[in-house]
Amino acid sequence: METTSPVERLLRGIAITLVCLFFMFPIVWIVLMSFQTNETILRVPPSVIFAPTLENYTALITGKLETAAGTLDIDFMGNLWNSLFLSTASVAVGLVLGVPAAYAFARLKFRGSEDIAFTLLSFRFAPPLLVLLPLTIYFQQLGLANTYGGLIWVYQLIVLPLILWIVRGYFEDIPADIEYAYRIAGHDFWSTFRRIALPLAGPGIAAAGLLSFIFAWNNFVFALVLASADKQPVTVGALAFVTASGIQYGQVAAGIVLSIAPTFALALYAQRYLVEGLSLGAVKG
Amino acid sequence: MTIQLSLKSVDKFYGPVGKGVHAVKDITMDVPKGDIIALLGSSGCGKTSTLRMIAGFEAVSRGTIELAGKQVQTLPPVRRNVAMAFEGYSLYPTVTVRDNIAFALKASRLAEAEVARRVGHVADMLEITDILDRFPFSISGGQQQRASLARALVRDADLHLLDEPMGQLEPQLRTLLRGRIKHYIKERGLTAILVTHDQTEANALADRIAVMEGGVLQQYGSPAEIKERPANLFTGTFVGEPPMNVFAATASVSGGMLTFDLTGGLDLRYAESAFDPRVRKMVLDRKQVMIGVRPYAVHRSESGAAARVVANQWLGDQSHIAASFAGKTIVLVEHDRAHLTEGEPIKVEIKPQDLHIFDPTSGLALSHGNELAA
Repeated sequence: METTSPVERLLRGIAITLVCLFFMFPIVWIVLMSFQTNETILRVPPSVIFAPTLENYTALITGKLETAAGTLDIDFMGNLWNSLFLSTASVAVGLVLGVPAAYAFARLKFRGSEDIAFTLLSFRFAPPLLVLLPLTIYFQQLGLANTYGGLIWVYQLIVLPLILWIVRGYFEDIPADIEYAYRIAGHDFWSTFRRIALPLAGPGIAAAGLLSFIFAWNNFVFALVLASADKQPVTVGALAFVTASGIQYGQVAAGIVLSIAPTFALALYAQRYLVEGLSLGAVKG
Repeated sequence: MTIQLSLKSVDKFYGPVGKGVHAVKDITMDVPKGDIIALLGSSGCGKTSTLRMIAGFEAVSRGTIELAGKQVQTLPPVRRNVAMAFEGYSLYPTVTVRDNIAFALKASRLAEAEVARRVGHVADMLEITDILDRFPFSISGGQQQRASLARALVRDADLHLLDEPMGQLEPQLRTLLRGRIKHYIKERGLTAILVTHDQTEANALADRIAVMEGGVLQQYGSPAEIKERPANLFTGTFVGEPPMNVFAATASVSGGMLTFDLTGGLDLRYAESAFDPRVRKMVLDRKQVMIGVRPYAVHRSESGAAARVVANQWLGDQSHIAASFAGKTIVLVEHDRAHLTEGEPIKVEIKPQDLHIFDPTSGLALSHGNELAA
């Protein structure tokens, strides 16, 4: 039964349109830019009417950047692969470490548990630059500088606190008695964790994984300092478009489109899953 | 009589032993095989803590728990072989009611046909056959509670723990199911512990009732024993509806009459010969006592002591009359409709065999009617 008046619906429609415009405009503009040459992008006044070109994408995919000063080799696809690998591996490691830890913090009250959990969260308070300088020196001495392993390790500073605190909340929302009921029915602690706690916290784990993936993907400063060209993710790799003969706006835009595409797709897909999971998994009583 | 469960000096502290909250204090009790025991008490009295220690969800701070002949207090829940119905139902939200009930049976590798037969039987008994294929979130609280109860009762465990198993049910259904559950448990020779704050439920279901308060086991006995011979003032006033009337009294004897002088300027006088000599001696030795009398044992009589009606409620099958008496209120129950109005003077009589006498400081029972308390 429709209870809203037409005026109310109209106003609501306008408000939603405004919000969408506000948030979507930069993305739409960048998508448009990525199909233009530097000249059409920089013309005054700007216009949405242009002859689309795929040359920005071709340049990125082939790795040959044509500039006024000549051809430049870039490794954008390599950067994209690095981003994907670093983020995925970091989230995987973060989940393996963080989910059991979150469960422990949620269920077992041990001495200092709150302090440890808070310390882990405090990693998110400190500006990354604060830890980067000493970290660089240690990493060089340990031989971890410019290795995937080292980067994934540092990425835990971003990923682990997020996973830990989000998943912990989800575990705390599961009534402990559901797990007790399963344990008393003849199952041990480990299978209860696997068969009851993990599935019930599934939406939370997915949300935490997604969010930390995006945070890891968007990280710039750790990779900038600790990785050299062949290990760099897209965020750092994009610096290559700032060339001696000017900034290659078209390629930058195409690069952005390519680099936000995976996280965008992931978010769209997981959003459906999250809503579904939250309403299905709602535990009454 | 085999002892199925035996608690010996069990303590529960939340926090460090000796310093934390002392939730369960030195409980010792034996549960014979095949009995239904009710843990009765108000909220926070330690009954659920006791139950959870038996199940293995709470560590036992001190003492031992023996189940089916072996010490279990340090074993994980999975190795204790107990079944439990939870107060919060705790059904697995991802599977149907049928699978919830069958879960433990499937894990124990019972033949599928046998699992189906037993689930069907217990669902029939609890009137949940029509919701077996629904998911827990789509059924009502009362149905969830019955599903949770079915999940516990369907199992063959050494001990069945039922935590407030019928709190959410409508009164008619509760009465019906009480009988069926008792029959089911007895027929299969199960041993069960029921946690409840509903004394009707405890009386109807249990062979023995353990009354708890403040973490202490106040009394452990049959429903009749608890009603007729309450061990102390707490059980006396906690069990029984409406509660026992209690008055402080000073006892004296003169001219062959034993007199209880109730503080409030009213005397209850009895012929000395109405009391057993030992009871009489005990009362006179003590002088200061608390006397308790059940509302059913207070009668209106021309020769009684003066009281004045303050309230008169007809409950459909009995009258509850409250009257001011000896500076306090006395409640009496009559089976017929009493035509009394507020402020009307009445006379009440209490027979000597209906008096429960308690120690005013410790609250322990001293005598019940003409018998000394053990």
